[in-house]
Amino acid sequence: MAERSFKAEVEQLRLSAGQEFRGEGILAVTKALLQAGVAYVGGYQGAPISHLMDVFADAADLLKELGVHFETSASEAAAAAMCAASVNYPLRGAVAWKSVVGTNVASDALSNVASGGVTGGVMVIVGEDYGEGSSIMQERTHAFAMKSQMWLLDPRPNLPSIVGMVEKGFELSEASHTPVMLELRVRACHVHGRFIAKDNVPPRFTVQHAANDPVRDTERIVLPPANFLHEREKIESRWPAAVRFVQDNKLNEHFGPKDGEIGIIVQGGLFNTLNRALELMDLSDVYGNAKLPVYVLNVTYPLIPDEVRDFCAGKRAVLIVEEGQPEFIEHELNTILRRADLQTRIVGKEILPRAGEYTAQVLGDGLAKFLGTEKQAAVPVSASAPRPPSAPVLTALDVPQRPAGFCTGCPERPLFTALKLVQRELGQHHVSADIGCHLFSILPPFNIGNTTMGYGLGTAGASAFRRQDGKRPIAVMGDGGFWHNGLTSGIGNAVFNRDDSLTIVVDNGYSAATGGQDLLSSDAANDNRSTRHAIETAVRGIGVTWVKAIDDTYDVLRMRDTLRQALTSKDRGPKVIVAQSECMLNKQRRTRPLFAKAVKDGRRAIRERFGVDAETCTGDHACIRLSGCPSLTIKPNPDPLKSDPVAHVDNSCVGCGLCGEVSHAEVLCPSFYKVQIVFNPNWWDRATAAVRARVIGWLR
Amino acid sequence: MTERNRLTIAILALGGQGGGVLADWLTALGEAGGYFAQATSVPGVAQRTGSTVYYLELFPLADKQPVLALMPAPGDVDVVVAAELMEAGRAMLRGFVTGDRTTLIASTHRIYAIAEKSAVSGGLADGSKVLEAAHRSAKAFIGFDMDAAAQRTGSAISAVMLGAIAASGALPFGREAYEDTIRRSGIAVEANLKGFAAGFEGRDEAPPPAPALDVDGIIAEGMRRLNEYQDAEYAALYVERLKPFEGKLRREVARGLALWMAYEDVMRVAQQKIRARRMDEVRAQVNAGPGQILHIVEYMHPRWQELCDTLPAKLGARLERGGALKRIFAPMFERGRHVRTNSVTWFLVLRLLASRRRARRGTWRYAQENARIERWLALVREAAQSDYECAIELAKCQNLIKGYGETQARGLRKFVDVTQSWQMLRSRPDAARLLRSLRETALRDEDGTATAEAMRKLA
Repeated sequence: MAERSFKAEVEQLRLSAGQEFRGEGILAVTKALLQAGVAYVGGYQGAPISHLMDVFADAADLLKELGVHFETSASEAAAAAMCAASVNYPLRGAVAWKSVVGTNVASDALSNVASGGVTGGVMVIVGEDYGEGSSIMQERTHAFAMKSQMWLLDPRPNLPSIVGMVEKGFELSEASHTPVMLELRVRACHVHGRFIAKDNVPPRFTVQHAANDPVRDTERIVLPPANFLHEREKIESRWPAAVRFVQDNKLNEHFGPKDGEIGIIVQGGLFNTLNRALELMDLSDVYGNAKLPVYVLNVTYPLIPDEVRDFCAGKRAVLIVEEGQPEFIEHELNTILRRADLQTRIVGKEILPRAGEYTAQVLGDGLAKFLGTEKQAAVPVSASAPRPPSAPVLTALDVPQRPAGFCTGCPERPLFTALKLVQRELGQHHVSADIGCHLFSILPPFNIGNTTMGYGLGTAGASAFRRQDGKRPIAVMGDGGFWHNGLTSGIGNAVFNRDDSLTIVVDNGYSAATGGQDLLSSDAANDNRSTRHAIETAVRGIGVTWVKAIDDTYDVLRMRDTLRQALTSKDRGPKVIVAQSECMLNKQRRTRPLFAKAVKDGRRAIRERFGVDAETCTGDHACIRLSGCPSLTIKPNPDPLKSDPVAHVDNSCVGCGLCGEVSHAEVLCPSFYKVQIVFNPNWWDRATAAVRARVIGWLR
Repeated sequence: MTERNRLTIAILALGGQGGGVLADWLTALGEAGGYFAQATSVPGVAQRTGSTVYYLELFPLADKQPVLALMPAPGDVDVVVAAELMEAGRAMLRGFVTGDRTTLIASTHRIYAIAEKSAVSGGLADGSKVLEAAHRSAKAFIGFDMDAAAQRTGSAISAVMLGAIAASGALPFGREAYEDTIRRSGIAVEANLKGFAAGFEGRDEAPPPAPALDVDGIIAEGMRRLNEYQDAEYAALYVERLKPFEGKLRREVARGLALWMAYEDVMRVAQQKIRARRMDEVRAQVNAGPGQILHIVEYMHPRWQELCDTLPAKLGARLERGGALKRIFAPMFERGRHVRTNSVTWFLVLRLLASRRRARRGTWRYAQENARIERWLALVREAAQSDYECAIELAKCQNLIKGYGETQARGLRKFVDVTQSWQMLRSRPDAARLLRSLRETALRDEDGTATAEAMRKLA
């Protein structure tokens, strides 16, 4: 079960024609898929498309009614491979993931499906995690579209445009026998808006039909000689078909006047930001009525040479607003104009930043430069970039940075506390990190981890250090990464190559960083998925003999001792510690209502939380440097003789116990205490409390 | 410029503060009030305790769908809501707050960033700078401790912020409309309406902080403390020791000496843990109801060294050095203990330990601390004769000694290093400045390496 329940959103998936859908962009896509008659959907969760996976997982009943197959794929590669269903059969399918990382993982299968081509429409929904809020390397999915030749849709970021593009995208895919990619930036995925729904369409041809009546065509299989045929097909038939379809259906749009000396070409996804920048310069209005011609590429690959020629002809200069690098579109525009022998100047990265997100400010600055250089432009205003009128009164130094960190009570925190303690004894080790919440270890206060090479690749990232006789490298991997590919590419690789490394697998019961989805080793029972497959069993099965499962990560001393043992043991071969405690965010979500109900029903319940005696605390904050828990903070020193702030546990404490364990392990000051608050005490509680109160009162 | 019909709102909050809930409320409020509402955010990893921006635009409903922006443009934001003081600072840094347009609504409480929390000493950002900037940059600024208001009313800070937005009048909706939004959302309606009302009233109810003590206040506090710590005679010794010091130096020595003389030993900790008023403090801190049954578990780890410390000086010194007894018994003192203060047995044990303070003057620890205090006072007195400012710096060095166990040992080493460096620096005209910089380096230094490096440079 995911972090959030989508019951209300699932109801919106049932809307019929004429009713209004209100909600998030990525959820509008789920509705659009059902309206388009998809036969199967898969994908791998990750911001910003997690909600698409979550809402489908919660919509099992509806999908069954419609006959749509939905799968929580093991990885993006698995999801992409599922698209094989559309190669021979008229099945529409959609898969979704976080990009560019997910596309990296999927690209083997994507290349294959793009080479053979498809019969039923295939749509890959990529959440382009670029710019503010991104957690990954800043690259463009555009490159994948070009190299495998899949059409890239980049609709204007409003719900009707996005939903319309899903519908048209499937038609385009089928018309050109080519998979398409629907690119949605982070803000577009999360944008709340509205659109008028259509009826859901059950797939005319279902995956059952296909399985029961298989069809085979060796020309669709990537093996000589068909592979050479595919390449020619792409150029000779699929590409022209796509260009025709885009042109005939007017998927790209025009805003503003038809003619002008200068104009702007923009990626659809950036249109709203561009329009706002123009509006602030009095060059457009809230309906996009720009005062200069704007050509919006809702399809950014392929470009439509006729449309480009028509737009550029007669213009002195055209600004191309293209986010990220390399500037593929700008290159292609120049090629088209050269071939057409047009003298229009294409202005792009020479005035707009080569790297980084195109915010309204960035585009405003760029527009001002563009209009400034093109002075004679027939634009009826003095162009100036929107500027905050007053000079900044604060500097960056005045406002502390706030890096992401482990949640309150996170079970991964004590693991890194133990690792910090053991490294104090044994010296620093090379630590190969992975993708997941545990990567926050690289930030203060732990500052642990040297590299991260991709999802499930923590152990493989340490593999070069295998034959040294010196210190053992340490790899960290989450349960998500472990099942994604870490079992084979990490653990299996280490076994086969006789590594001597230590891998810590963080087994918190969920794919936690992506929103708490279930996975193979989850402890929860799931009606639609098979869970409770122990990581330890898998690790032993693949050939590791030194495996320790620790079922309570908060036991810092045991964790520290086990780590020490793994790092100093005379045994050769890979060592694996499975660190098991439930993700606290999800545990709280699970147990809080149960606790509240127990208290309400009059049943005995105990809540634990921690506190600090301000008087005993010396204000040295060693405890914080070994924890970083949001609930363990500081407050002004109540002692009038002392000035350093004291440690303080705020009300968000969930009583995980780490504070106490740390103070024991490090012999910190005796200021930490745990309080057990008894709700609905029974007679024994009351009797002992009364006796204690009397005796202690008397002793005082 | 064409007519500007939109309303733009940016919310800056930390993951888990309910910024998303507030954005949802405002969206629902706008939609119910005849607006086209668009809201978006970039949560991602920032959902895990980092800072996040939520952005909304409201536009009067019309036949055509407007083209609205998905991120705030500097100079174009009508309302900025910050769920914490430094987030208000961040909003200003990013140019979202402008004098011609922006109503800034911020909670003035602090959630400290990890760099601030983990500093060995000091390290806090200066909130007054942000407040001053807020008053200067915004068209209107509403700031009060919304977290306290949320706690007072048992609601979430998002409800208090919604109340503050309503009261600001920056959006064209009446109080009723806001309250209806909360009711329609159907979650914790009662509590959130209370929080909303507190936000609508919008004021701080915490008493202003107590002013800093003057020298007489410090001495009075020191005497009170040492009287409780030991006895009246000990408090008198404190006053006696202060006699040679005057002026600013007297103030620093009075503060440091009181703290040092009340050094924390087993007896002191036991005394503090069983005090009657402590139970009330604990109750208040964990929000326990009146009469609710509580158990308190202390995390203590009396080590062999602490045992030796409480023994008579000669015996304690011998046992600490080693020998058969240490070999046999020391391992019993290597693990932490969970002490249930409110059980009769443990209370008795702690009370017994606390009562041992009568024998404190004879203990091994007392002998050591007393000698260190005397040496320190002598050093400060000596310095005062030649370089008054140096003497003040040396007096302040007491603050280097903190904590227990290994932390305390490291602090003591830093103290010795810095105070001894005075002999090396005393002939220099800028000795006080050098000493201060050395002391400040040592204060911020976790393991002593930065101090050693600074000393090496001076030598």
